[in-house]
Amino acid sequence: MAKSKEALFNPVFGENPIAAQVLGICSALAVTTQMIPSTVMCLALIAVTALSNVSVSAVRNFIPPNIRIIVQLTIIASLVIIADQVIKAYAFDVSKQLSVYVGLIITNCIVMGRAEAFAMQEKPWKSFLDGIGNGIGYSLFLIIVSFFRELLGSGKIYGFEVLKLESEGGWYVPNGLMVLAPSAFFIIGLMIWALRTWKPEQVEEN
Amino acid sequence: MFEHYLNLSIQSIFVENMALAFFLGMCSFLAVSRKVSTSVGLGIAVTFILIVVTPMNNLIYNNLLRQGALAWAHPSLATVDLSFLAFLTFIGTIAAMVQIVEMIIDKFAPALYNALGVFLPLIAVNCAILGASLFMIERNYTATESFVFGLGSGIGWLLAIAGLAAIRERLMYHNIPAGLRGLGITFIITGLMAIAFMTFAGIQL
Amino acid sequence: MPKNFTTGYNIFFAALICVFWSILVSASAVSLKDRQEANKQFDRQRNILFATGLVKADEDISREGMIKKYEEKIRPYVIALKTGEVQKDIQPASFDQRFASSDASLSTKAPDNAAKVARLPNNALVYHVVDGEKVESVVVPVKGMGLWSTMYGYLALDADTTTILGVAFYEHGETPGLGGEISNPKWTAKWVKRKIFNEQFEPVFAVKKGGAGSVAEDPHNVDAITGATLTSNGVTNTIQFWLGESGYGPYLKRFREGGR
Repeated sequence: MAKSKEALFNPVFGENPIAAQVLGICSALAVTTQMIPSTVMCLALIAVTALSNVSVSAVRNFIPPNIRIIVQLTIIASLVIIADQVIKAYAFDVSKQLSVYVGLIITNCIVMGRAEAFAMQEKPWKSFLDGIGNGIGYSLFLIIVSFFRELLGSGKIYGFEVLKLESEGGWYVPNGLMVLAPSAFFIIGLMIWALRTWKPEQVEEN
Repeated sequence: MFEHYLNLSIQSIFVENMALAFFLGMCSFLAVSRKVSTSVGLGIAVTFILIVVTPMNNLIYNNLLRQGALAWAHPSLATVDLSFLAFLTFIGTIAAMVQIVEMIIDKFAPALYNALGVFLPLIAVNCAILGASLFMIERNYTATESFVFGLGSGIGWLLAIAGLAAIRERLMYHNIPAGLRGLGITFIITGLMAIAFMTFAGIQL
Repeated sequence: MPKNFTTGYNIFFAALICVFWSILVSASAVSLKDRQEANKQFDRQRNILFATGLVKADEDISREGMIKKYEEKIRPYVIALKTGEVQKDIQPASFDQRFASSDASLSTKAPDNAAKVARLPNNALVYHVVDGEKVESVVVPVKGMGLWSTMYGYLALDADTTTILGVAFYEHGETPGLGGEISNPKWTAKWVKRKIFNEQFEPVFAVKKGGAGSVAEDPHNVDAITGATLTSNGVTNTIQFWLGESGYGPYLKRFREGGR
């Protein structure tokens, strides 16, 4: 049991250096202007990572090594299609905002990376937890980025007004930069800085 | 007509830069941008695959997958809509094309293979490639347009990664706060580059 | 478990994986299709209602309530774009204008235009707003390039075909907070009661940088969106193109003259 717990929580807090999580963020940053689409994206990603880990792990002893990458890709792509179909059916408004980015989960480094590095060696249940853990670790980043972008960019959190905008009779002048692409890079950069000041052992050599 | 294609390529190189405006291909963008020479190598490989794969996916989508596309095979298939298979088909095409291109280059241009070889396997999971195919569908490009779009996106990505690598090479000589070293400062620089590329917005010929 | 993987086994395994996952994928696609179609249809209906002002954006109304209202008040028709004639033999429910605009056999190349519309469908959708039998107003779909993306919207016009009842942009990829404000009801509310056409029925309506006057003084302009000049220009081009001669111009002429 202790081992399962480790599989779930290690990727969230410990073990994985921040760099690995950040690299996985990849394309999903584009949906972080608002929190609702980011959350849906995170849920889709957690589901896909966990299920692809289980599926790969279940057949791990039967996969011929020379076609394993394409088998993993097939499994992941199928799961992403299903996730995309479900989002289109049950969260239509969000699916319009996510547009092509759900499909890009296929090429997300974390999904593929966990399937290759963890699920190919471990039992399905542990792989499932590892997938959930990695998904959450990654989601944490997306949610934090989208929190700042939505709050400072449009004065809202999950679509609820927090800072009343000047254009609507309030006092807050929204920071236009926050809704544009570059702000996501800045926020991540600053987050890394903060995290590494707190945990100096993760500092990179120049 | 020429003007239209020129416009499209400028649009995809500068304004809608794959890496800086759409965050695509970030993994390798950040990981392989330490040296200019390797970045340029990867950039060329990405461009090359994009030119081959984007129009190919376009043909596959328009002739096999999209609603009514199968009508040429049999009239009763005119209502079949296989577009939900797009992700799977595209990733398959990309993986297969990367393999084929790798083999062809290896056979006919060993010098080029030595330069690009190590990057090719990385490309199969580069989001910029899949992203280009998905955008191509969403924007209803024709086969020629997708070729131009693929070329432009590739060049744009190449410019971005080469620029970032050049800046990072210079950073070696600077005293950066400890916590910001490496990945942190790279993100901030990428952000600044994104702002620089945004100034191209609205340029039309 | 086979120790050494033969080519035959590889092919067998690959086939097995493909069959298994294709069943799952197809099952999900087929079983969710109806729901997705219903979502798409409802999205269209909702935005048409927003455009006409029959439903306000912040109104508390259920999905069923909106569908009921739509069925009561809105009548879709397919028209021939060139002549403006109603095509009675084409069912509006099964007519997909976006598909028709991209399919070579159902569309023609558009003349050069600032809205960057590439192809014009031969037939197009219009919607009448009715009160019982009486046609009160008309809604036309529009689309055109903004800064980043193609913007799709509905424009509702009063029976004189020139006074704007409302507009709703329901799909676009413009910058959120800047160009993206085109879908903000606070901005589209400024369109109401302004005029599309001048006296010669040429579309002159424009989004004006620096702000437009009141409806009475400056009926042909509306305030631009701050910080989004190019999106605003795109909106002007889109509206002027679709209400011009190559767009819905011929149909609206018929409509004005009573040929409904």
